[in-house]
Amino acid sequence: MTEKIYKGRVVTKSVPKKDALSLAMGKPMYTDDMDFKDLLHVKMLRSPHAHAIIEDIDTSEAEKLLGVVDILTYKNSSQVLHTSAGQGFPEPSPYDTRLFNKKVKFVGERVAAVAAESVKIAEKALNLIKVKYTILEPIFDHDKAIGNEVIIHDEDESKYIIPVFYDPKKNHASHIDAETGDIEQGFAEADHIVEKTVRNHYGQHCPLEPHISVAYIDDYDRLVVRTATQVPFHCRRILAQILEIPLSQIRVIKPRIGGGFGTKQEIITEPIVASFTWKLKRPVKFEFTRKEEFISARTRHPMTTQFKAGVKKDGTITAMDMKVISNTGAYGSHALTVLSNTGSKTLPLYHCDNIRFIGDTVYTNLPVAGAYRGYGGTQASLAMEIVMDDLAKAIGMDPAKFRLMNHIKAGETSPIFKALGEGTEGVEQTVDSVGLTECINQGADAINWWNREEIKKKNSTDTVKRGFGLVCVMQGSSIPDIDMAAGYCKMNEDGTFNLLVGATDIGTGSDTILAQIFAEGLGIDASDVLVTSSDTDTTPFDTGAYASSTTYLTGQACINLAMKVKKQLIDYTATVLSVPKDELEIKNKTVIHKKSGKQMTFAEIGTKSYYSENQTQIGAVASELSKKSPPPFIAHYAEIDVDIETGRVTVLKYVAAVDCGTPINPKLVIGQVEGALVNGLCYALSEQYIFNDKGKMMNPSFGNYKIMTTIDLPTIETIIVPTYEPSGPWGAKSVAEVNISGPMPVLSNAIFDAIGIRLTEPPYTPDRVLKAIQEQKK
Amino acid sequence: MSQILHVTINGEQKEISIEPDELLLDVLRRVGYKGVKRGCKEGACGTCTIILNGYAVKSCIMLAAQAENGEITTIEGIGTRDNPHPIQQAFVDEGVVQCGFCIPGMILSAKNLLDKNPNPTEEEISFALDGNLCRCTGYSGQIKAVKAAAEAIRGEK
Repeated sequence: MTEKIYKGRVVTKSVPKKDALSLAMGKPMYTDDMDFKDLLHVKMLRSPHAHAIIEDIDTSEAEKLLGVVDILTYKNSSQVLHTSAGQGFPEPSPYDTRLFNKKVKFVGERVAAVAAESVKIAEKALNLIKVKYTILEPIFDHDKAIGNEVIIHDEDESKYIIPVFYDPKKNHASHIDAETGDIEQGFAEADHIVEKTVRNHYGQHCPLEPHISVAYIDDYDRLVVRTATQVPFHCRRILAQILEIPLSQIRVIKPRIGGGFGTKQEIITEPIVASFTWKLKRPVKFEFTRKEEFISARTRHPMTTQFKAGVKKDGTITAMDMKVISNTGAYGSHALTVLSNTGSKTLPLYHCDNIRFIGDTVYTNLPVAGAYRGYGGTQASLAMEIVMDDLAKAIGMDPAKFRLMNHIKAGETSPIFKALGEGTEGVEQTVDSVGLTECINQGADAINWWNREEIKKKNSTDTVKRGFGLVCVMQGSSIPDIDMAAGYCKMNEDGTFNLLVGATDIGTGSDTILAQIFAEGLGIDASDVLVTSSDTDTTPFDTGAYASSTTYLTGQACINLAMKVKKQLIDYTATVLSVPKDELEIKNKTVIHKKSGKQMTFAEIGTKSYYSENQTQIGAVASELSKKSPPPFIAHYAEIDVDIETGRVTVLKYVAAVDCGTPINPKLVIGQVEGALVNGLCYALSEQYIFNDKGKMMNPSFGNYKIMTTIDLPTIETIIVPTYEPSGPWGAKSVAEVNISGPMPVLSNAIFDAIGIRLTEPPYTPDRVLKAIQEQKK
Repeated sequence: MSQILHVTINGEQKEISIEPDELLLDVLRRVGYKGVKRGCKEGACGTCTIILNGYAVKSCIMLAAQAENGEITTIEGIGTRDNPHPIQQAFVDEGVVQCGFCIPGMILSAKNLLDKNPNPTEEEISFALDGNLCRCTGYSGQIKAVKAAAEAIRGEK
């Protein structure tokens, strides 16, 4: 089923990214690049305590400071309970958040916001606000949160608005379980059983542009929010909810965005500027500092994942049992859905009938987790791919051969697709495009996998040991039965088209990809398509940039648009030329009647349809509802050195072999692959939150939270393995998320291969590796 | 207590009213050079990189007053749409501009390198771009782009 490969005229070509030159010229295209007269600046007073009640807050001294215009606290701001998670409605995250709470639940929580004539004045005012706290006992260990005598959300009102488990009195933010087949029987049939408990850590998205929003009142007295968001439409809806004003009074504009990776799927700066502006009728800006980005934006959910699997001597996997405790921090943003995705994005990868998944999300008094590229798949892949390697080892099979034998093949399904969805039941699907065998094989050749013992022998010394690792990972493409995306288009008089989409290009290149997909359908060039994206007043709805959905879902909406317009072009030409429409064909931007030799170029159609013949606007609106979520697949390989004297892990070569269906724009695909995997490498090797015993992050800066630069890179080789996904636009699936999940397990596997020590708690920093080596010596 | 900063920006002599404690980054953005970005304000991310008196510097950890009588090049000064700088063109051609927020700074770091060393090795390029963080791309494309730009500038392409 994957034999067919799509070779397009415009798609599968690396056409230049629409905004690349403008961005490379430094054009003022981001949220902060527009100047506003009489702009007010916001600074936020944040809680120094992990768990405390605000007994009193006195802003009177701060208000007296010249240039301070307004101060918001829990006493005078919206108290609407909501979730900051920018998800569809009804949101599958608990309503447990207010703009300002009387009870603060993590170090960094909002306490008071000052709007002032300058940043300097706003900062000064923060020091004049007096807050009296009663400090409460905190919970930091997520393994001890459920049923702890300390209750974090003991206010009565927090709730889900969908019927799912929620028990805040036990710090229990979500629970989900699923079982298929007979798990006990499965383990009984196994010749070997492997069980591992792994723990992943806090990590931050680190978009180079911090969260930033500007709000102002337009000439119709409506509220306009120009903001760095991945979800403009959800943002508009949630702002209407928090401010308790009609949705029609709000316009959200997304300019160019300086990266998101999930953290800008959160509605956290927008309600602050919107509240001030709606009240004061002045433009207001709020931009996070880098420190705020670390402590009070969002993070990856740290988890403890227990994974147990059984295998027969012949390599058949007989049972898989996954238990997850996920730490959502102080608020439950994406608490349920990240949890369900830990299972749903990993367990279908390998053949197995007997599967159990039990997941629980808990509250702690630590920073708030949320959506982060990989979305649970990253966490669970760590456990799963470590155990797969150990199963292969237990039966003496090569890990690559073990995965080749067991991975899901085209035309197959997994009971998990139905059993686990977005916090509730999922949608049954067969997978129709699977290039994983080719990914494993081509990746193996690129890293010299089959000669690795020889290479290890040749290159290892007494103190530096060479090792190789392999993992396979899958993700999805959109949320089936839930996500909808739409586009409008209109023809211009020169035969070009405007394409207006709600899809949110946050640097991913989706404006370009969607232009390519649309152009392919009409036989025009990507440069003939002028793209406008994400303005709630002028573009149609789209769920936004998340769940690896844009290429797959909005892409399909753009094909639907192209097909509608194609029909209009033919109908119009048939009428004007007085020829039967079924005798017309489109070629070279021209509608041609071969029999008579009559034809109309797109430019002629454009001009005549505006001015002189059967005048009409050629254009369309179209949408697409996701029906399935075809997984992209990857095989990642790493070749590393471990220095057993220093504990340093050096990645020498990294190979990513990727099946994303049809690569719409190969260079942009490579960008997504390498960006995600380098992000994953940083998370696996160096990124970490260092907390003191009061729950305060001690390293909230790029100086102390290490992400890789050019000089830290291994040699990276990306191999695109094209397949054809029948349900996707021109055969495409997603690519944005899946590659971030490889590095953490692949390095554990490679370290094990090098020194025979199994690391299950990243990051693999020298001190941790060295400690593990020393412990083994004991 | 404002004072006047005398400075040449992209070849234009300017007199700009500044506060003594204003950062160079903030002043440049205030007077319209929005290509100079603010990513961390602690000298770590490199998005605010400019070329001052022949050196790539981070304008977020300098006072504006330190640029007195200086010569500044920002991203706005090195190319136009019709005639982009070869590094700008190479970044577009290699497809390595994703969110783009780090790109002006990175291009200026690269320009600073190529101005001094028209034929750098890959390692020299890596070291020159070491101060510019990028979270979108994974860097290898940008290193390639700088190499391609160097060839173009040398007339080899």
